[in-house]
Amino acid sequence: MKTVMIILTAMLFSTALFAASDITVKGSDTMVILAQRWAEFYMEQNSDITIQVTGGGSGVGISALINGTTDICNASRPMKPSERDKLKQRYNSLGVEIKVAKDGLSVYLNDANPVAELSLDQVKQIYTGKITNWKQVGGNDAKIIVYGRENSSGTYVYFKDNVLGGADFTSTMQSMPGTAAVVNTVIKDKNAIGFGGAAYAVGIKYAKIKKTADSPAYEPTEENVKSGDYPISRFLYLYTRSKPTGDMKKYIDWILSAEGQAVVSKVGYFPVR
Amino acid sequence: MNKSMGRIVISASALSVIAIVTVIAYLLFDIFWNGKNTLSWAFLTTAPTDGMMQGGIFPVIIGTVSLVLIMSIAGVPVGVITALYLSEYARRTSVFTKMVRFAVNTLAGVPSIVFGLFGLGFFIQFIGMNLDRALMPAGELHWGQPSLLWASLTMALLTLPVVIVAVEEALRAVPEDLRAASLALGATKWQTILKVVLPNATSGILTGTILAVGRGAGEVAPILFTGAAYFLPHLPESLSDQFMNLGYHVYILATQSPDVEATKGLQYATVLILLLVTFGLNLIAVMLRYKLRKASRQ
Amino acid sequence: MTTEKNIYSLDRKFRPGDGIARFVVHSVSFISFAVILLIFIFVFREALPIFSSTEKSVSSEYLQSETYGDEPGDESDSELSDETVLLETGGAEGRAGLRNLLSREWQPVSGQPKYGLIPLFVGSLKVTFIALLIAAPLSILAALYTAVFASAKLRELIKPTIELLAGFPSVVIGFFALITLASFFQNLFGYTYRLNAFIGGLALSLAVIPIIFTITEEALSSVPREMTEASLALGATRWQTALFVILPAATPGVFAALILGFGRAFGETMIVLMATGNAALTSFNFLEPVRTLSATIGAEMAEVVFGDTHYNVLFLIGSLLFIITFALNAVAEFYIRGRLLKRFRGED
Repeated sequence: MKTVMIILTAMLFSTALFAASDITVKGSDTMVILAQRWAEFYMEQNSDITIQVTGGGSGVGISALINGTTDICNASRPMKPSERDKLKQRYNSLGVEIKVAKDGLSVYLNDANPVAELSLDQVKQIYTGKITNWKQVGGNDAKIIVYGRENSSGTYVYFKDNVLGGADFTSTMQSMPGTAAVVNTVIKDKNAIGFGGAAYAVGIKYAKIKKTADSPAYEPTEENVKSGDYPISRFLYLYTRSKPTGDMKKYIDWILSAEGQAVVSKVGYFPVR
Repeated sequence: MNKSMGRIVISASALSVIAIVTVIAYLLFDIFWNGKNTLSWAFLTTAPTDGMMQGGIFPVIIGTVSLVLIMSIAGVPVGVITALYLSEYARRTSVFTKMVRFAVNTLAGVPSIVFGLFGLGFFIQFIGMNLDRALMPAGELHWGQPSLLWASLTMALLTLPVVIVAVEEALRAVPEDLRAASLALGATKWQTILKVVLPNATSGILTGTILAVGRGAGEVAPILFTGAAYFLPHLPESLSDQFMNLGYHVYILATQSPDVEATKGLQYATVLILLLVTFGLNLIAVMLRYKLRKASRQ
Repeated sequence: MTTEKNIYSLDRKFRPGDGIARFVVHSVSFISFAVILLIFIFVFREALPIFSSTEKSVSSEYLQSETYGDEPGDESDSELSDETVLLETGGAEGRAGLRNLLSREWQPVSGQPKYGLIPLFVGSLKVTFIALLIAAPLSILAALYTAVFASAKLRELIKPTIELLAGFPSVVIGFFALITLASFFQNLFGYTYRLNAFIGGLALSLAVIPIIFTITEEALSSVPREMTEASLALGATRWQTALFVILPAATPGVFAALILGFGRAFGETMIVLMATGNAALTSFNFLEPVRTLSATIGAEMAEVVFGDTHYNVLFLIGSLLFIITFALNAVAEFYIRGRLLKRFRGED
């Protein structure tokens, strides 16, 4: 019992001690791993600085930025006007947006599916429920089983805005709580289609995407994403309340440097420069 | 006709038992079989690496232990005292007794996700925000966000009925003669409770605590938005830090890891650890309770 | 049991220490009741803004953050991205009037958010009924066997084993359903949707079985022995006694078990979140995916903008869950358990 009390008191007091940490980063779960790698590399070179990384989601990160609990916010979607509004009310600043990486969104198909290419419009029609049979896009005569991400994810929002042109997803879409859950079901379901971030798995393939019905189709490789030939990709962002200065500026400059961007490729995203 | 009918009734009911037990056995076997190869000392003592596709679950275990520890410190005393009230002070006809009993039963039936919402709405948005308004420089948030403390308190409320029911049962099993003897010797009621009733109910209190810990270690819904973290590069250092958690880790490994095949072993091994912890705790509690019931019958 | 109060008549003398202890014990016991009240207040408080019609309008001017660092080349940007501006999703723009809440569409992240609770409600009911349909007969029969037919030794083995199922974390059951059960049953029956209401209900039944089993078993074994013996003495066989004397006598207990099981299934989150496919459909087909009330909260709360309409609607769903389970508990508590006791005491 005594030790418990000691640990507890220690925990209470350590709050005060550790509050002195230098830079806090919070936000998107998609970006936690990336942010963590950056922090590790940077701290190796600059031992005088402490960077604390936590996830929780883009929304949580942005709230934390608005509420002043984090210095940098990771977000896999741009800030919404309502959020910017709040930031403005509190700090009279609209925040600073820094694009730090690109994420190619993939459309997954089961390996056994004869369909290999889809045009953006076909993807849109499948996800809005206008196309419901694989026959309509040159495949087998089978019902398309549509999988997607939960509406709380940045991926969902991006896909909706940029591929569906803002239209609502078909209500038969099954929402999965994460990329892995989508991939897992597509592996096990011959007639499934799904979307999500970069993923590695045996049993699925990436659909090659065409911008229009007669343009060439591209796979989501680094090269194609960087050149913009692959049409479904999004930026990953850092947000700060005001223009970064001092240690924070050094850190962000390093992230945007060749060294920082090399980390991006290692984690599976694509560098912005 | 009657005979065959009887056979049908008996065999149908026996088959139901067999069906349920088979499912339990299969579930245990499936998890154990798929998880045992990944399980190792290193798995238990290292942190996840490579985007949670490699490494172990050390911070996850520490986070879970911290959670149930703080939960028990906050919840068990309240549970024991409430049980004391119900067994030593309550009068069947009093409105207050009825209120408490009704509350305990209702609390046991509230969905765990509602506890999560309550933790967010009450602890974080109300208590935390007001603490910050009073203690922190303007606009800064310290307590008004998900943390180990709020998640533990939420979990303490969720497990409160578990403690109360188990402890009350143990207290009622303490023979009346002991109380009478103590009071007859001139001890006050409180002295009797402290020196006679409680020491005789220790195993019951232990059972209640173990059951609560088992429950708290496995629940995910209440901590989804009150403190569990997807990934933390460091161990929780203070009550206001977020933490990693076994149940939540199972959920994210199963649904969000970018490489399903590579993490399969990790997933099963984590589930196995979670099952061993909750299953083991429940087993101990069941045995303790069984002993207790046997003793009280004699 | 009536003697217990008389003992304390020895303890009449006022002692301050005892008074304090008494006060502390009473105040601490009040916490449980206070928590129920607080849940009521605080879950509702966050849902309340839906009902106040004064929606604050978001300034229509387009707010753009500053950028930092060199702007990465525009050519790499998606060609469609300039539409984003016009099609901002979510935000406080969406109103959640009664008509919206009672619609059949759940599209909370949209240019015009639709907060129809009907498909979610139907989804929860559907999964719960499937779970009960599977769990009720199994666990009532198993309880019957344990309480009536099994030998004392076997009984002491079966009871704790099935009760152990209650100790399985729901996330483990969800995981088992998602990875193992779903594939097994799809291969067996070859239906279209891998994750559906049936799989969710089946997994949920694993969580409900120990509840129904334990309460039913308790009710069955607390049927007075005289009743059983009388029946046997009149020449009835064991199974006739079980089916026509013991089971009817314990009906209120079995009802309570079913109601509590219903409540547990209705509010369970992790299992349905992982195993039902989460598509907000309003249909009565058991082999289609469903989205339940509880899973919706679990999936969407983490990333929602705090204070937003969407956030309030999620709390409204939480309030609904609370009211429903509260009512079920109250019914089980006051009506049925009371009747059970009365019947055994011969007052009914």
